Amino acid sequence: METAAQALSERSRTGGLRTRVVAVVGPPNTGKSTFFNRITGASARVANWPGMTVDITTARVLLGDAMVKLADLPGIYTLDGHSDDEALVRRFLDAVALDAIVAIVNATRIELQLPLVLALRATGVPLVVVVNMSDEARKLGVGIDTAKLSDAIGAPVVAVSAKYGEGIEPAQRALRTTLEANAAPARADMAAVPSRALREAESARICAHAVHMPVVLPVGTSAALDRVLLSPWVGLPLFFLAMFGVFEAVYGIAVPLQDAMKWLLDAFKNDVVAPLVAPAPAIVRSFVQDGLVDGVGTVATFVPLMAVFFGAMAVIEDSGYLSRAAWLMDAAMARLGLDGRAFVMQLMGFGCNVPALLGTRVMRNRAARLLSMLVIPFSLCSARLQVFLFMTSAVLSPRAAPVALFALYLMSFAAAFLTAFVWKRRFASHEPLMMELPPYRLPTLAMVASEAWRATSHFLHRATAFIIVGVLLIWVLTHFPASAAPAGPDTIAGHLAAWLAPVFAPIGIDPVMSITLLFGFVAKEIVLGGMAVVVGAGPNELAGAVAARLDWVAAMSFMIFTLIYTPCLSAIATIRNESKSLRFTVLATAWPLALAWLASFAFYQGARAFGL
Amino acid sequence: MNLTLDRLLPEHSAAITSVTATGMASERMAALGLIPGRQVTLLRRAPFGGPLHLRIGPTELMIRRTDARAILLDHVHRWKPRHKP
Repeated sequence: METAAQALSERSRTGGLRTRVVAVVGPPNTGKSTFFNRITGASARVANWPGMTVDITTARVLLGDAMVKLADLPGIYTLDGHSDDEALVRRFLDAVALDAIVAIVNATRIELQLPLVLALRATGVPLVVVVNMSDEARKLGVGIDTAKLSDAIGAPVVAVSAKYGEGIEPAQRALRTTLEANAAPARADMAAVPSRALREAESARICAHAVHMPVVLPVGTSAALDRVLLSPWVGLPLFFLAMFGVFEAVYGIAVPLQDAMKWLLDAFKNDVVAPLVAPAPAIVRSFVQDGLVDGVGTVATFVPLMAVFFGAMAVIEDSGYLSRAAWLMDAAMARLGLDGRAFVMQLMGFGCNVPALLGTRVMRNRAARLLSMLVIPFSLCSARLQVFLFMTSAVLSPRAAPVALFALYLMSFAAAFLTAFVWKRRFASHEPLMMELPPYRLPTLAMVASEAWRATSHFLHRATAFIIVGVLLIWVLTHFPASAAPAGPDTIAGHLAAWLAPVFAPIGIDPVMSITLLFGFVAKEIVLGGMAVVVGAGPNELAGAVAARLDWVAAMSFMIFTLIYTPCLSAIATIRNESKSLRFTVLATAWPLALAWLASFAFYQGARAFGL
Repeated sequence: MNLTLDRLLPEHSAAITSVTATGMASERMAALGLIPGRQVTLLRRAPFGGPLHLRIGPTELMIRRTDARAILLDHVHRWKPRHKP
């Protein structure tokens, strides 16, 4: 009875069922996200924070009898800094009343990171300090007296190893106690934050009696690995080899899975959906089968690709190799206004542009990130390769086909570099490229799997609706009016193609072939299928039909256009979601279109002028 | 003797005497430990004019040569790595 009353008063004291809001704040490379995943389980999702046009990873957990919403804020070095992320965190702290802040630091860097903790303490929001990577600190001989540290800061301090799951429960307990002791949420008082000099002085005073740093650090495995991996003659070839390995993994694992997914969907379409809609009129049948089911299928076939790609990305990032790859490639990319990380993503784009676009999240400066999102879609992805392999073998001689393919790869790089060169002033990054090269770490399977899961579900959450609507729209264009043959000259698409003929004629693409470009806008995977429908040939006669229609100059022009004009609807959906800007999305669609037309025009008219 | 960090030779250490950077660069340098009084070691330089690979205390970091020009050094000496037993 008494306990029930106690619980009741407890509840009213904590504001009943009000969700408590907690922000996790810390510098980059502190294992912040790993810690976040540890205390929240697998419930994390990336979503727009109400009132802020930015994606923040959030999760809800039950701590004691309070529902707590945790926000994983981007990594920052100082509270009064000028980077995009630092401005974002300030904006968040200004806008959102918080019940507590969890400040996380890297135990081996505590001397440099304590000033941030002191700044957070000064805001007046209840604080819990998490000292992460205590396993690495132990190995290096860094000693931290958490009791002394806690006394000096005036907030609970918990030593944690998020990677191995040590200290997670004590951290949860400390947060729970802090939440129970502070009933009402507080606004961060930024004016109370002391100056940098004062923070650094106090931090040095505290570290002097609570932290023991070894005088000389032993040179370990990381240094030995770096001597090989970062050496000028071995490092670069090894980097390309590593990228090739990831590429092979994506092809070797994801493509068979993708085929299996396609097979499953086809079976579902033919054996489940087809009998269900059999009694319906033809137009309804076609809408369900070729519109709706194919729309869902387009999304579903991306899933294995995303999962494998992000698993591989997590290995590269968590192992510490990504920042070293950036170091190796920076010299070339700096001249293009990009940094080394953009190059890694561009290479990844040769597998599939969509995850590479999402992968630009590692670049924390918005301008730099937008520029690399503008560049990535020129990477010749596996879906485009499929189209080119078919067309080169259909139209060109066996001797000329590989040369044409190689030329397309060169053009892919040329278009990317030209784009970076043209737009680098418009999207100039003023953030200095200075970052930590963390020691090499062995990624754990759990971390890799959770990252693959998170990225894939994020993609599905965000892009599904956009893609399905796009597929349906193309279906309407190629199937209406209902009396016309699908994708024929009498459909809306056919009229559109006829109307656009003056645009496509100078680049050697006739109205019939330009309809297939409409299919290619949705996904390059359906270009060949669309082509078969448009030219009215079965899969076995398609090569002959295409060869009869196009000579090699026209075919090459068609391929150049296909390479450059747009990767696919999913890529555009991703660019829109990631940039959160309609204007940028329009630019990222219109610029490649214009470039594609100009490149095809130059090639086609040039070749014809030479009498080819 | 005033040497800037971009001129330091690989496998040499020196003491930072002052940092002339401003704005975001100076914030980032302070946060990563490029502070007057600290010892910095140049481990290697990336080929083709690429960034530097530094060590300050337990932290290793990369910094572009243009940014490194803002860091002044003194007491240059050869760095002797101490290997783990």
